[in-house]
Amino acid sequence: MDFSLTEEQTMFRDLFRDFAEKEVAKLAEHIDRSEEPPLELFKKAAAQGFFGAPIPEAYGGVGIDWQSYCLLAEELGKHCLSTAITIGIHTSLSAMSILDVGVEEQKQKYLPPMAAGEMIGSFALTEPDAGSDPGSLTTTAEKVDGGYRLNGTKSWVSNAGIGAVMVVFASTTPGTRAKGISCFIVENDSPGVTIGYREPTLGLRGLDIRTVYFEDCFVPEANRLNGENNGWEIIVRAFNRIRLTLAAVSLGAAEASLALGVTFAAERKQFGTQIANKQAIQNYVADAATDIEALRGLVRHAAWLADSGQDFGRAASMAKYFGARAAKDTANKMLQVHGGYGFSDEYAISRYYRDVRALRLLGGTDEIQRYVVARAAFEEKGIRIQP
Amino acid sequence: MDYDLPPEYNALRRMIREFCEEEIKPLAHHIDESGVVESDLLRRMGALGFLGVPFPREYGGMGAGELGYCIMMEELNRASPSVATIIGAHIGIGVMSMYLDGSKALKDKYMPDLCSGKMICAFALTESNAGSDAAAIQLRATLEGDSYFLDGQKMWITNGPIADVINVLAITDPSLGARGGATVFAVESKWEGYSTGKPERKMGLHGSPTSLLNFDSVRVPKENVVGQIGLGFVTFMKTLDIGRVSLGAATLGGAQAALEMCVRWARTRQQFGRQIAHMQSIQFMIADMAAEIEALRALVYRTAWLVDNGRPFTKEAGMCKLLGSETASRCIDRAVQIHGALGLSRDFPLERAFRDARISEIFEGTNEIQRLVIASELMQEVGVRLRP
Repeated sequence: MDFSLTEEQTMFRDLFRDFAEKEVAKLAEHIDRSEEPPLELFKKAAAQGFFGAPIPEAYGGVGIDWQSYCLLAEELGKHCLSTAITIGIHTSLSAMSILDVGVEEQKQKYLPPMAAGEMIGSFALTEPDAGSDPGSLTTTAEKVDGGYRLNGTKSWVSNAGIGAVMVVFASTTPGTRAKGISCFIVENDSPGVTIGYREPTLGLRGLDIRTVYFEDCFVPEANRLNGENNGWEIIVRAFNRIRLTLAAVSLGAAEASLALGVTFAAERKQFGTQIANKQAIQNYVADAATDIEALRGLVRHAAWLADSGQDFGRAASMAKYFGARAAKDTANKMLQVHGGYGFSDEYAISRYYRDVRALRLLGGTDEIQRYVVARAAFEEKGIRIQP
Repeated sequence: MDYDLPPEYNALRRMIREFCEEEIKPLAHHIDESGVVESDLLRRMGALGFLGVPFPREYGGMGAGELGYCIMMEELNRASPSVATIIGAHIGIGVMSMYLDGSKALKDKYMPDLCSGKMICAFALTESNAGSDAAAIQLRATLEGDSYFLDGQKMWITNGPIADVINVLAITDPSLGARGGATVFAVESKWEGYSTGKPERKMGLHGSPTSLLNFDSVRVPKENVVGQIGLGFVTFMKTLDIGRVSLGAATLGGAQAALEMCVRWARTRQQFGRQIAHMQSIQFMIADMAAEIEALRALVYRTAWLVDNGRPFTKEAGMCKLLGSETASRCIDRAVQIHGALGLSRDFPLERAFRDARISEIFEGTNEIQRLVIASELMQEVGVRLRP
């Protein structure tokens, strides 16, 4: 066993860290206040290859491994969760689904512009009445001459307003739940696609979250991803990837929150001493640091499973569940360390506190992750469980 | 033991709830977005007697004591934590510090106008280097002739931008410091040398204005000394003690409102072909919320009873604030979780509740200070004096 990063992974981490510190950190507060995705920053990130980091070089990407890709999510997550998650959803959900099951023509057509950041991708699955239970989606894809006609509403679609392409899930055989779902690559400017308004949210205010409406939207057969009624496996694998990505973002957010708390505790004096000398503060810091190291272990282990071609679904769910809790608990404790300053918008900790809350809901709620982990435990004994 | 409230208190609750449902709740979203509670709303609440609920009628109050005041704060916080915070800072610590130790003349001069809402009150203790360590205050009051001159700054003062009367703790004897050398002064905002900073930008409680207060040789006549010279720190600590009870009541209202939303949502929302109410993850979150809320309710109303019956209540008041703020944060957090992504939407009230609730674990004594208070009281019973 060797817990150290390889030379190449270290080099990538330093590159990501350098970019995040120089380019992302200074914009994070502005992104939150303006509630606008930082398009110029995305161009700079794309120029570094960050929009196609794990995409093979043959398709215009950098071809880095999962361990390095997690380091990208972690370093970006330290400074701006909106930016980290924008890139994470584009890459892990959208581009990698095309890479995963797309035919050569689809990969050739979409992956190079996606890897270059010229086409930002979305993943349109959730609906107003299908959240934790995507099997109950009601968007339909009706077979017509030369393709499909899509009708329905997708909610909480990240990147939809800034993106050019969406991976969309619809029922081709209504009434059969997961077994009747198909997946389509839809360009955002297709006739019949309407991008709704940006719903204001607690945090992640730079993440472009939209409702998307499909009204008799024609999709050519060539844009069906995977076979008809074979959409479910795309969802399962995409979830595994985004969960690991979000776990790495959580790690970055938790580390950054801890650093803010530690710095504040070293500077703030009360009762004639730095509050770092108070055991209550020390306990918060110790608990947060312990959670962070445990989380790092979970993330690195899941990334190792992915890199060595093993099933990493259970590990990704554990890392994501633990990570979202750890990020939330750490931001909460470090806000407490700040006292009244923590409630002020002038201090960054309140932004982390608002941003990390979404991690317990995005990409599968805590409850769904626990279901996935429990299901795996029961499956080992040959027992099938229901959510 | 009688757990039924006297009929007049039930009537008070009905009246306040009705006002909240009709006059405050429909404005709550707008208050958060605009960052303003219209002064007209406060005036109408004043006209109904809400701004003087706990105080005796002789000073213009409603005479409903701590019990009545807790009922009101519980109800107000269900509707709008911003409005509840303005009222809480006004009554619970602002006017309260004058009521507890002020002279009859001072009370006669200000309390009727404060209880009717003609004037709004603030309580000014915190400074940039004196937060949890309140005794580290430096704002100075110097005696010249028949007047004191105040110089210095206060920060994070709730109602700072809107207060007409501010009860300020200042150092009158630097050789003694806060303990023995600090005095409370009632300062009118129209006096020369007094000014406020611009309202702070905060994560939540957007409608409750908070600001710096600047004192630049503000002349305060001797008759505006609240309580005794040198004993101001005691007055302020007593005030904070009592304020923690009603703060607990406010958090109770916020937690209860979150629980009610969850119960309704668990009935409405369907996933996996059934109401999410049938999922144990949801059931257990709701059960935990309800259990914690009942424990809090029992604690808050028992402590209000201790206050109204002249019993010691310092330890229990710390518990009200500690348990209340953490219960409310936990319940609202669970409510966000149960509502899924909807819980994060600013078009839906939970998101606001989540931002508004967090400060209760910090202001009016951080929860770390509450734990110190409770531990100190317990250790004092066995003869051990603790230092923070």
